Amino acid sequence: MIDFAVVNLSRLQFALTALYHFLFVPLTLGLSMILVIMEAVYVMTGREIWKRMTRFWGLLFGINFAMGVATGITMEFQFGTNWAYYSHYVGDIFGAPLALEGLMAFFLESTFVGLFFFGWERLSRVGHLVVTALVALGSSLSALWILIANAWMQHPVGAQFNYQTMRMELLSFGGVLFNPVAQAKFVHTVAAGYVVGSVFVLAVSAWYLLRGRNVDIARRSMAVAASFGLACALSVVVLGDESGYMASENQKMKIAAIEAEWRTETPPASFTVFGFPDVAARTTHAAVRVPWMLGLIATRSVDEPVLGIVDLVARARVRIVSGIEAHAALKALRANPSDTAAQARFAAHQADLGYGLLLLRYVSEPSTATSQQIEDAAWSTVPNVPVLFWSFRMMVGLGFYFIALFATAFYLSARHRFEQNRWFLRLAFLSLPLPWIAAELGWIVAEHGRQPWAIDGVLPTFLGVSPVPATNVWLSLSGFVIFYSALAAVDVYLMVRMIRRGPEGLGYWPPGSAARSGPQ
Amino acid sequence: MSDYETLRVIWWLILGALLIGFAIMDGFDLGVGATFRFVGRTDEERRALLESIEPVWEGNQVWFILAGGAVFAAWPLLYAASFSGLYLAMFVLLVALILRPVGFLYRNKILDARWRNAWDWALFLGGAVPALLFGVAFGNLFLGLPFHFDELERPVYTGGFFGLLRPFALLAGLVSLSMLIMHGSAYAALKVGEPMSARAAAVGRAAAIVYAIGFIAAGIWVASVLTGHQIVSQANVRGPSNPMAKDVAVYQGAWLLNFRAHRILWLAPAVALLGAGVTWVVLGARRPGVAFLSSCLTLAGTILTAGIALFPFLMPSSELPDQGLTVWDASSSARTLFIMLCAVVIILPVVLAYTAWVFHVLKGRITLEEIRRHTGVY
Repeated sequence: MIDFAVVNLSRLQFALTALYHFLFVPLTLGLSMILVIMEAVYVMTGREIWKRMTRFWGLLFGINFAMGVATGITMEFQFGTNWAYYSHYVGDIFGAPLALEGLMAFFLESTFVGLFFFGWERLSRVGHLVVTALVALGSSLSALWILIANAWMQHPVGAQFNYQTMRMELLSFGGVLFNPVAQAKFVHTVAAGYVVGSVFVLAVSAWYLLRGRNVDIARRSMAVAASFGLACALSVVVLGDESGYMASENQKMKIAAIEAEWRTETPPASFTVFGFPDVAARTTHAAVRVPWMLGLIATRSVDEPVLGIVDLVARARVRIVSGIEAHAALKALRANPSDTAAQARFAAHQADLGYGLLLLRYVSEPSTATSQQIEDAAWSTVPNVPVLFWSFRMMVGLGFYFIALFATAFYLSARHRFEQNRWFLRLAFLSLPLPWIAAELGWIVAEHGRQPWAIDGVLPTFLGVSPVPATNVWLSLSGFVIFYSALAAVDVYLMVRMIRRGPEGLGYWPPGSAARSGPQ
Repeated sequence: MSDYETLRVIWWLILGALLIGFAIMDGFDLGVGATFRFVGRTDEERRALLESIEPVWEGNQVWFILAGGAVFAAWPLLYAASFSGLYLAMFVLLVALILRPVGFLYRNKILDARWRNAWDWALFLGGAVPALLFGVAFGNLFLGLPFHFDELERPVYTGGFFGLLRPFALLAGLVSLSMLIMHGSAYAALKVGEPMSARAAAVGRAAAIVYAIGFIAAGIWVASVLTGHQIVSQANVRGPSNPMAKDVAVYQGAWLLNFRAHRILWLAPAVALLGAGVTWVVLGARRPGVAFLSSCLTLAGTILTAGIALFPFLMPSSELPDQGLTVWDASSSARTLFIMLCAVVIILPVVLAYTAWVFHVLKGRITLEEIRRHTGVY
């Protein structure tokens, strides 16, 4: 019934295209804010150099922005093309934030981005600054709506299954909007994007300073990146989205997997700094633990337990058994919607319907599942522990590294000592790829950690796919790999070329040049 | 909360409005994309044509993104069945659309003829392919698509990619391509200087003729050959969305039922043709501003004509007609429709206002003299 070749190919395609999209989005988020800061300084001081900075970084922003938009269209199409059952099953809830993203955020960002490039000579100083600010506002608002949609996948509040339409339907839009997971995610993700932008500006400026080029622009850019970056790096770590992890069952499982906490510890639980999670033996070898820390971080208390994987699996087992009841009642209701006994049975068990659906991986009729199949399904609720364990640690390590990097930059900037500390400039330049690695690892922790669910506790990922032939998915997947690789090559080539050329090589400055604004 | 039936009809109208908005706004830059390579003969001429759409195409494209998002939110079954069913066609459309953002932002950054040529052709594909495919998609809706729902209510599409390229669908593709070329040419004639403006006007006039012939031919085809669909059981217009609870009859001429029942609806195709005629005349008289407006009427009339013919069907099934998707059985819940309606009513006017302001800031023609003043590589 379910073609697992299609499932795996569709998951791979979604992961690749999402990870690829997420290379460009954080830089758009971060650079747009930095452009606002630089242009605000220009408007307030009237010093031409800040305008040149805004235009130069704006040029690089444009190259990146194109890729963000291009790869974003894929994401909107892909729910329908590859995840048709998912789209039908949760479209009543999930579609709304996506549509609102277009209406409230993407329209704003896209309508004004053209004026950012073409409006320099047509708008007053303040007018142009407002346009730049609206672009930045639009991109951050866009992140807000996407993360509200994503948070609903992690923690599906405000919705209920309707057996007459065979799908989830909205109960409370406010619940979806003010999902606690969404708020935590938004702050964390947007701040992470600002860090990406800051490291980008810091690293490119460091490269100029190392070569003694564009010193005036590079120094000022570094100062902006250092102060903005420091504030954002602190926010990312302090307001990490762990706070949302206790909200639901899957989130608890995610945190247990991240910590490789196989068995529930007596609270407050210790934090495993290092170790080798062993999935087969269900233990972590050579673990180095810090007492109390996990309990404090995850529950903000000393007496609440952080449930371990084995206990969460036991709870999943109970819910699967209940889910079998829900599935059977649903079947009866499909045959006869006015069967009151089945209605009562469904009402009693419908919260566990998703757990019953997990069995469809092993058997086409959940009520005939053997106890071994139920056991397998219960263990299938555990995401990939070593991947989560390591991704999370690398991400957090990078987060602390960024704080140190920006703190040093801030100190050197305040004392005007960049050029005397070439080691720092080299370090800053070499740090260029790190924030992207951290961002992608964050995506892996959040989304790979959501498995096996597409919607936590509601819809298993394997069930969400479109019933399309595997050959089609092969074609699109290989098409994307080739097409995206070519685009990446062009994007990097242009970026490097423009950076090498630098602000002085762009032709239409110095100020007062006769040129009407062009697409800088 | 409003009545479920009314909400469904309102959302069908909103979908139509978004498609018309998309055709008017993004349509002109698709049309310019499809023709700038030929209307502009030198790099400077092409740059002028591109610069007429470069500052605005990004916002225009959001009409398409929003229409997609609105289908997801308001018609999830339609979104699921159409996007997964038309899998490879969607992939082709996607590649074409992706060429646009990169093409616009990358083309002028390097002063090299091969580089610019390559992006010119990429932008040509990014304009012409979607303009063609949208029509092919609409044509296929008239023909019905081969799909049914399985026991889990998953939409299963049983046709292939080349099955979409049926003669009527290709004719519909020609209609939409020529329509958007007419529209884009009217816009270019208005926004760029000579000699591109005069050439664009000539292209627009030719496109208007092709459009009119194609539209009339498609109309005759629909009336005399094609089989249409009609719900023959009692349609449960306020019931839960379940596309498997109705009976559908398929017979020749059924797509004209709405026009026969309400003769005033013939205004839609009449306006479409009249708009094309006026566009042809005023482009000849070099009044491109009027031509752009009359071309907008053609776009609206054409989309309304197709929508009225198909109503209440959104996506008819040629395989199992009873399971075709209609306005009554493929929508979101009343609550979602109502909340999204409130959002559209509040936010869309704001969008229209700031879009108008952006166009106001960018008013004026882009002449070759201006392009020549841009000395830098950008």
